[in-house]
Amino acid sequence: MKKCIIIPAFNEGKNIATVIEGIRKHTDADIIVINDGSRDNTATQAKKAGAYVISHPFNMRYGVALQTGYKFALKNGYDLLLQMDGDGQHLPSSIPIFFDMLEKGECDVLVGSRFLGLGGYHPGILKTIGIGLFKVIIRIMNGERITDPTSGYQCMNRKVFSIFTDDSFPCDYPDTNVIIRLHRMGFIVKELPVNMQPNPEGRSMHRGAFKIIYYFFTMSLSIFITMISDRDYLRDKGARS
Amino acid sequence: MTLSQTAFGVVTVFIIFFTIIYLVKKGKLREEYSWMWLLTGLILLIVVLRFDFLVYISRLIGAVSPTNTLFVFGIIFLIFLCLHFAIKISLLTYEVKNLAQKVSLLEAEYEQGKPTGIGHPELT
Repeated sequence: MKKCIIIPAFNEGKNIATVIEGIRKHTDADIIVINDGSRDNTATQAKKAGAYVISHPFNMRYGVALQTGYKFALKNGYDLLLQMDGDGQHLPSSIPIFFDMLEKGECDVLVGSRFLGLGGYHPGILKTIGIGLFKVIIRIMNGERITDPTSGYQCMNRKVFSIFTDDSFPCDYPDTNVIIRLHRMGFIVKELPVNMQPNPEGRSMHRGAFKIIYYFFTMSLSIFITMISDRDYLRDKGARS
Repeated sequence: MTLSQTAFGVVTVFIIFFTIIYLVKKGKLREEYSWMWLLTGLILLIVVLRFDFLVYISRLIGAVSPTNTLFVFGIIFLIFLCLHFAIKISLLTYEVKNLAQKVSLLEAEYEQGKPTGIGHPELT
């Protein structure tokens, strides 16, 4: 099976080479860095480390960078895609397990969870409350237990990432809403215990009161839209992919 | 409505018409958006020439005075205008995003070729 790893990166010049070298020790999959309009030497460092680099002409944020990766993977005929952060938060030792489970067809999407017993980094109080809330929403809507709905460490098959290439993909914040949507489309979503580290520079997508409020509002709206979407239509779309 | 008020209203409406047509002719305003402004001008012209029509509408919606009716409809018009432009901006955002992604993918392919075996330097 043709496999790739996509890494969205914005100003990760300091970490990206180490991340790529770490991945190399665990897999022979193609490593694709999506340089999201970085102002530092992220692209040069990633190329030097041997990754294939796709550079956005300007910063379009995390979700768009991910989608560029999905479009790339679809265009180049990949069967499996793993996405991970470029700051070293996601430890690469789990990569072979991710690919192995997807190759066996045990699920369509595998989400790396930091809350399933491997320990390591735990987020702050506000984020923990948010994650808890979205866990409950997923439990109510999908009837399944997802412990880390905001995890960006995920692996998926071609059926799934081909769906993510259209404009219905929520580029603002693709996490809980995507999991709910995938479930309604009839895909099997499972979790894998992984170890995560905090961002070395303490950076986060959800920093500052305004960003957190905006995140909760956008996510709630997106979940509501998914809720009122026609379940049969979504299921058909999933089956056609 | 006094004659001077009517004259002022008519002149204002004609200035709006000429400005819109001038902007379209110069290519600074697309025809796509000009119809909306021309329609606004036409409605203003009707209100100016047939003030009794405005009085009738005011009675119909329960407004105290015709001025209130003008303000209410003006605000409603502005809300729809903002919504119209928010839709346009959303569409343009999608288009810019898709275009930028396409350019990035093509540029990467042009500079680095196809990615086969990148993860495995010995295979390249």
